[in-house]
Amino acid sequence: MTEKDPGAGGGSAAEPRTDVTAGGDVLAAPAAPEGREELEVVEVRTGMFGAHGSGDTSGFGGLVRPVTRPLATPRPYGGWYDEVVDVLAEVLAEGGTAFDTAVEGVVVDPPAGSGARTELTIHVRPEHIVAVCQTLRDDQDLRFELSLGVSGMHYPGDVGRELHAVYHLTSITHGRSLRLEVTVPDAHPHIPTTTTVYPTNDWHERETWDFFGIVFDGHPALARIAMPDDWPGHPQRKDYPLGGIPVEYKGATVPPPDQRRSYS
Amino acid sequence: MGIEEAPSGFLLTTVEDLAGYFRKGSLWPVTFGLACCAIEMMAAGASRFDLSRFGMEVFRASPRQADLMIVAGRVSQKMAPVVRQVYDQMPEPKWVLSMGVCASSGGMFNNYAIVQGVDHIVPVDIYLPGCPPRPEMLINSILALHQQIQDQPLGVNRREAARAAEAAALEATPTSAMKGLLR
Repeated sequence: MTEKDPGAGGGSAAEPRTDVTAGGDVLAAPAAPEGREELEVVEVRTGMFGAHGSGDTSGFGGLVRPVTRPLATPRPYGGWYDEVVDVLAEVLAEGGTAFDTAVEGVVVDPPAGSGARTELTIHVRPEHIVAVCQTLRDDQDLRFELSLGVSGMHYPGDVGRELHAVYHLTSITHGRSLRLEVTVPDAHPHIPTTTTVYPTNDWHERETWDFFGIVFDGHPALARIAMPDDWPGHPQRKDYPLGGIPVEYKGATVPPPDQRRSYS
Repeated sequence: MGIEEAPSGFLLTTVEDLAGYFRKGSLWPVTFGLACCAIEMMAAGASRFDLSRFGMEVFRASPRQADLMIVAGRVSQKMAPVVRQVYDQMPEPKWVLSMGVCASSGGMFNNYAIVQGVDHIVPVDIYLPGCPPRPEMLINSILALHQQIQDQPLGVNRREAARAAEAAALEATPTSAMKGLLR
């Protein structure tokens, strides 16, 4: 809703809205403004706590947040991004790998021209991540010497691309930073290890294995790092239960957060 | 044979008083911080709050030289065996102070990653609420522990006291079954 209507949660306003229920719940994700391409919606989340089945008593039931995948950005990317992508494509081609084979897409977010400071993300296919990292580190025009780690993401609604690993690379020589993103399906969560290129990724890959269950093939010792060795499951996945115990107060017992009654 | 293994109850009360007086006067805490409560614990040991007024400013770097473990912060499942090992390495007699709500009951971390109270792992002598407790509160709880140590029975008397405390705890109404106002 763009206008504030103090009288009601949408239903009893002057002009009834079809995309809003009487309780104020929005039925559809808001449409993209004119002139911009629709993003691919992976999942739409509503409310505050993800629970459903009872009336909304919190006022957060109307919250709608679509989870989207970014679109590949058309050229020019702006700034040094074009140069880096060109050099990367050239060096990869010299090594016998076509750029389009190794890279799924290049995303500059937010889009150039929006005035905001932008960031470059290169979506790499899992089997080529080591070659891309090696090129980015070694070529004299790229020189991304520093890897700031491997992060994980989980999109359970994005079937076939549930798990993402994100590598943040920085070039100290040129003062540049970019991001590599690798997507793997939950059914086959295997990515070649980048520890041969960036030794600091050792513990980061262990952490991503521990929390998201992404297997880094060829890692020297892929053991859990933050949870006990015999822990079942991977806690940072969206479907992992929060756990906890009921808390006893005088005359009352409060269940753990993810077993409380719904507020949306 | 140490005084802990005295065979019977007679003559013990005077010895208890004396042993308690000496023990409480020089507690040696182990250097053991787990989270933000440890910052308050360090502040309590430093010049402004000056824990040395009560004979315990030196935090021992080895559990083998310590007799008080201040569990300062939330205990994660991964840390639990380490906490237990530190406790096991301390020589008797030893005491455990559970500092802050996280160590005492899990606090705000009611989830899979945190042990819901360090008393699942080690026996706790005194609980200190607060998030985190002020250094004054820590000092107050240590003084309360001093009183507990002073009054602590030895040998046979100690075993009897422990049995009586356990029986009383089993008899008591659980908190969730209590009715009435929250006080």
